[in-house]
Amino acid sequence: MPDHICIRVDGVEHRVGAGTSVAAALWNAGVRAFRVSPSGAPRAPACGMGTCFECRVTIDGRPDTLSCQTPCREGMEVRTAHEA
Amino acid sequence: MKRERTEVLVVGGGPAGLAAAEAAAGAGRSVMLLDDNPRLGGQLWRADVRDAQSPHGREVDGRRRRLAAAGVVVRMATTVIDAEAPTRLWAHCADELLHLHADRVVLASGARELLLPFPGWTRPGVFGVGGLQALVKAGLDVDGRRVVVAGTGPLLLAVASALRRKGAKIVHVLEQTSRARLARFGLGLWRTPSKLTQGLSLMLRGGALPLRAGAWPCEAHGDPTLRRVTVTDARGSTSTIECDLLACGFGLVPQTRLARLLSCEVDDGVVVDALQRTSVPNVFAAGELCGIGGHEKALVEGQIAGLAAAGQLRSARALAGSRRRALAFARRLARDFALRDALRRLVTDDTIVCRCEDVPWSHVRDHTDARHTKLTTRCGMGPCQGRVCQPALAYLLGHGPDRPRPPLRPVPLGVLAELRTTIEGTAR
Amino acid sequence: MTLDCDVVVVGAGIVGAACALRLAERGEAVVVVDRASPAGGATAAGMGHIVVMDGSEAQLDLTVSSRALWREHVGSMPDAVEYDPCGTLWIATDEEELATAEVKREVLRARGVEADLLTAAAVAEAEPGLCGGLAGGLRVPGDAVVYQPGATRWLLQRAVQAGAQLRPPVAVERVGDGRVALRDGTTLRARHVVVAAGGQTAALLETRALDDAIRPRKGHLAITSRAPGTCRHQLVELGYGRSAHGHAAESVAFNLQPRRTGQVLVGSSRQYGATDASVEPGVLGRMLRRAVALMPALAHLLIVRTWAGFRPATSDGLPLVGPLPHDPTVVLAAGHEGLGITTSMGTAALVEAIIHGAPSSVALAPFAPARAMAGGVGA
Repeated sequence: MPDHICIRVDGVEHRVGAGTSVAAALWNAGVRAFRVSPSGAPRAPACGMGTCFECRVTIDGRPDTLSCQTPCREGMEVRTAHEA
Repeated sequence: MKRERTEVLVVGGGPAGLAAAEAAAGAGRSVMLLDDNPRLGGQLWRADVRDAQSPHGREVDGRRRRLAAAGVVVRMATTVIDAEAPTRLWAHCADELLHLHADRVVLASGARELLLPFPGWTRPGVFGVGGLQALVKAGLDVDGRRVVVAGTGPLLLAVASALRRKGAKIVHVLEQTSRARLARFGLGLWRTPSKLTQGLSLMLRGGALPLRAGAWPCEAHGDPTLRRVTVTDARGSTSTIECDLLACGFGLVPQTRLARLLSCEVDDGVVVDALQRTSVPNVFAAGELCGIGGHEKALVEGQIAGLAAAGQLRSARALAGSRRRALAFARRLARDFALRDALRRLVTDDTIVCRCEDVPWSHVRDHTDARHTKLTTRCGMGPCQGRVCQPALAYLLGHGPDRPRPPLRPVPLGVLAELRTTIEGTAR
Repeated sequence: MTLDCDVVVVGAGIVGAACALRLAERGEAVVVVDRASPAGGATAAGMGHIVVMDGSEAQLDLTVSSRALWREHVGSMPDAVEYDPCGTLWIATDEEELATAEVKREVLRARGVEADLLTAAAVAEAEPGLCGGLAGGLRVPGDAVVYQPGATRWLLQRAVQAGAQLRPPVAVERVGDGRVALRDGTTLRARHVVVAAGGQTAALLETRALDDAIRPRKGHLAITSRAPGTCRHQLVELGYGRSAHGHAAESVAFNLQPRRTGQVLVGSSRQYGATDASVEPGVLGRMLRRAVALMPALAHLLIVRTWAGFRPATSDGLPLVGPLPHDPTVVLAAGHEGLGITTSMGTAALVEAIIHGAPSSVALAPFAPARAMAGGVGA
């Protein structure tokens, strides 16, 4: 298994450690608005374990995917609220 | 829809589920174990993606190898979404719907953190305690970050020291329980000689962490990402401290949704007898969902449940002594980390209570039951299905849980469309 | 004997709420009672359509007049009603259904209801998420959807502003002879009692002659997470009529509603004979397979919740609206099946006309409860 893989976040390529979850990778990349709440507030992960659904993003075209439960894979395309 | 058959189905791959699966397989049963996380270990034994040699990682690896050797089928990232009968469950994995038919089911779905609303708790940078730890183990970088760890329970110190090992600067550890109760808990630890309590005991005595008892956060400030936290205490004095991350969790609550869907009796947790049998025939439960007590309770309960589900009642009964000691520890946890009333008064009118739907406290505070609150305010109507707001409202308003309905977790429509009945006579 | 009020309305669902408002605005002293919180029964369990339906002449009369009454309120509705003038797009899957659409268009136009036939290409442009190979469609632009619990609460709030009294939840035991006996021991006396208790209506009456008149017809629904723009109209397959008006033990039909939240409400199923409100996986699966077959774009959307409820169905598909033949103090307003949201407004107008002996623009006779009584009138 390689040490690092590349994913694209809102069109920008990021190198992340193998095994890193998408949520951790996005936070490390400076993303603070994973989604935007109905009243327009930026939201980021809270529970870290698939409970709160605050970390949901679009992964490879799938809306509302929990980034904290998804390990990064090479070539993955992630869209956050920033792009949505 | 893919159909699979097993003798014992274990739902949950934390300590309780791992122990149950190993025990049942050891007794010669065919066993399948499911977990909705990508990796085995549950929350307590979550592996660190950057440290394959961590003690938890090694523990889980060893158990995984033993399960594989015993022929246990392990399915990760697999979530139970509905039940046709208590031993016939539908689960979702990737784009597939599975129909799992077992003779016996062991529920080991663990616990989740109790997150309580207070002004600013929805800001990016405010996490649960176990939540931040889970994210750090999954690669979130805290090196050089100023972190406040707050809430209640032994987890605070454990997480604070783990974060510090990752380079975080721990600004404060705020434990809501009083110094006297904390001391009582620390003194009681000699009665539970184990790795867990040895570690805690060292941390409590060591004082190397900036621990402050009887204090809690009352507001998180930022623009909108977290910048500062206001802290208060029983005397009402407040101070505001700069930080980058706030990890705040007020203990754990059992995950009883699947148990309730199967009509198992539930009070503070799933009700079980000495053999971990629930009120529903052929359904067993073990670990945190029966009551919060840590990994040693989970392990012994899991072992008992696995043996009992495999019909090895004598061996299961032989573990009664360990189970009793674990339950005594659970009672001390509950007593010494009971939440103080002041935490009910942190919410203000415009504090968001339902994070999915942005429902403020002023909309829900006068409602008396969960269903009416949902219909009137949309509280609990979002994708988390009330997982965060429902336990918070149970604490703040005494609301009972709403009846769980399928799907137990949101699932793509295309997958749910594969639902087909399998029981003769009811197929339509 | 002194009266407690002019009219007691039994039932705080959408029909009871509309009746309470109409009567209170007319100056009647109205008291509303329900065993549960407002909109707790069939109202909350269903969809929120305001649609013209042509299952029969009387149904057409009532839905056309009701829709017009809803539209009078458009300017004054608060956000919580979530009124969305999205219109209905009836989907024709084949040439036979397209022929049905053409007939439907003529029927609607004869009543002054705007309706446009769409080619297959126009349907695809109007709703890009639908599958290919459709024959066409019929768009009824004046139809709308509401969030029906919000609409019910709004009607009740206005009724209260007009002087009506909404009692805290209390079970109703018996209705008759100008009295309403409540489980807490009190009896309310009134000149009229309007029973808008849906499927519970017959059980409250002294006569047993209506016990089989309203049958529970179970329905399942599912709702997605927020995905704005997935569908722009209320979408219904023209085959829906076969499900709604047929009497098969079980049927499913494609019916979607866009919610103002960006969610999609997915229906529908119809079952006779089911008594328990739990979600049946087999029926749910069939209903969703129909939905995703006609709208493949739904496949990736998350279903966050499913539920089931009971429509109060009559054998001829028309509600029971009118006085009991043997006890004219009791006026029924029940049995609206799946059209309670649409026809609540028109029903309230009928009830007002009945109580005041005033003329009604919609003929009363087809709705008279006597038609549904076992053993004929007065049995």
